[in-house]
Amino acid sequence: MDVNEVLLPGVGMRYEFANREGDRMCVVARRSGDFELMVYEGADPDEARVMCRLTGEEADTLAEILGAPRIAERFADLTKEVPGLGAGQVEVRAAGPFAGRPLGETRARTRTGASIVAVVRGEDVIPSPGPGELLRAGDVLVVIGTRDGISAVEQIIQG
Amino acid sequence: MNVSVALMLELGAILAALSVLGALARRFALSPIPLYLLAGLALGEGGIAPVPAAGPFVETGAGIGVVLLLLVLGLEFTVPEFAVSLRRHLPSAVVDLVLNATPGAVAGWLLGLDGSGILALAGVTYISSSGIVARLLGDLRRLGNRETPAVLSVLVLEDFAMAGFLPLLSVVAAGGTWRQALLGVLLALGAVVAAFTVSYWWGHRLGRALLHLRPDPEQLLLRVLGVTLVVAALAEAVHVSAAVGAFLVGLSLTGEAAERARQVLSPLRDLFAAVFFLAIGLAISPRALLPVLPAALLLAAVTALTKVVTGWYAARREGAGPRGRLRAGTALIARGEFSIVMIGLVGVRQDRLGALVAAYVLLLAVAGPVITRFAGARPAPGAGAGRLGGPPPPPGPGDGERLRATP
Repeated sequence: MDVNEVLLPGVGMRYEFANREGDRMCVVARRSGDFELMVYEGADPDEARVMCRLTGEEADTLAEILGAPRIAERFADLTKEVPGLGAGQVEVRAAGPFAGRPLGETRARTRTGASIVAVVRGEDVIPSPGPGELLRAGDVLVVIGTRDGISAVEQIIQG
Repeated sequence: MNVSVALMLELGAILAALSVLGALARRFALSPIPLYLLAGLALGEGGIAPVPAAGPFVETGAGIGVVLLLLVLGLEFTVPEFAVSLRRHLPSAVVDLVLNATPGAVAGWLLGLDGSGILALAGVTYISSSGIVARLLGDLRRLGNRETPAVLSVLVLEDFAMAGFLPLLSVVAAGGTWRQALLGVLLALGAVVAAFTVSYWWGHRLGRALLHLRPDPEQLLLRVLGVTLVVAALAEAVHVSAAVGAFLVGLSLTGEAAERARQVLSPLRDLFAAVFFLAIGLAISPRALLPVLPAALLLAAVTALTKVVTGWYAARREGAGPRGRLRAGTALIARGEFSIVMIGLVGVRQDRLGALVAAYVLLLAVAGPVITRFAGARPAPGAGAGRLGGPPPPPGPGDGERLRATP
């Protein structure tokens, strides 16, 4: 997709694109770290209507929501590009030692070298989960690492 | 330690009053600068509430205010923004300079001012307030509009022109024989070129030195302020004005160092800039204001029009429609902080010039935002509404190339 970038000197950057239905929209990323989301409408294509303003944190949240369904897909692409690196999925079982305990306690990365890059919980995806993230029975962990690393994580999580 | 009760009381009352005025101005999306000036006028000699104890502090604070205003202006510079603005809008910048500096120079000549007065007045009418305009565009939600990059480019190029103009003005204002003046100009231009060279080749090293050992905000504030004040003092000692020295320091810093310095300095800048505007108001007697009012009104009317033409021209280069061009032109009308800095540089001692510029800025800092708010605004709902379900809007002229250029 073509994204048109326009420099706004002293203010930040504006990104514009048109969707399939022909709506033109743009995002202004301000130097201050804030964002504005706008659409162009009406007969005058010179004017944008601001839909909302977001702080940096709010923008991150929005990006995560919009990007979540693609995360697993992107990791799959990534592992194709880097030889020796693989992606695996490990389920947290109710009987396992970590159901109901924080992710940090698994010490998975320290012990195996493989990283847990996302937690899939039903319909939700928690990308880049922090060590404080509580694991629940039924969660699926997306693990990136060597083949040995991934199976080591599996052993840790499932006991 | 001896605490002056009178100083604290007066200063506290002044700052509290300024905050009320500022809040009032923000409510109507106006600049607080004219209100600060008015407050100064009211507090000065012949005003309604003189403040003898706070006087010396305000005077010192005003000096620091100018230094901080220009330091932060220098920090705002980024080479890519300047390069992009120059590439797209050099003709707009030329139109801007010719159309807007000329009325000021002519007015100065008609009023019988000396060389530095004429030069200062040309600068006063030339420079739009980037502070007011940039804020206004955000407040009026026009950052997505097609004319906005043109407006911002004109502002960036004006600020850049200031880099050459301010040293020139401060040297001419210092007076002396033409030989001294020429030497001073060369020295000042040399300093500007040196600052840009340093920024270009060694900016990252300067930044690294400044950010050495990962300073906390307090450390960073002390470092930047310390260095700036020393450089400002040295500049003043060689008659290049402390403000210009501070500007050069700002120019030399780039990237992350500039970003972080701007963050820690901005609140301090806001405080002392308010004190500076107050001091300018204090230095002008309200009685001097009335006689210059007709001249200020005329000059304001003429230069508001020339700014509209400038903005019209610049926005047309971006392919904006007539309403967008009008919005761009009216957005540029506001004059503010740097017009006041100019009279600070040539000295408010030139009482007539000081009063004229104060009246001029009072008029345009208020009128500019008001005019642009109503000029070229969106038509009443109904005219352009009902878009959902309707046919898509026709693409505007000059719209296609940039959007569809990439395959």
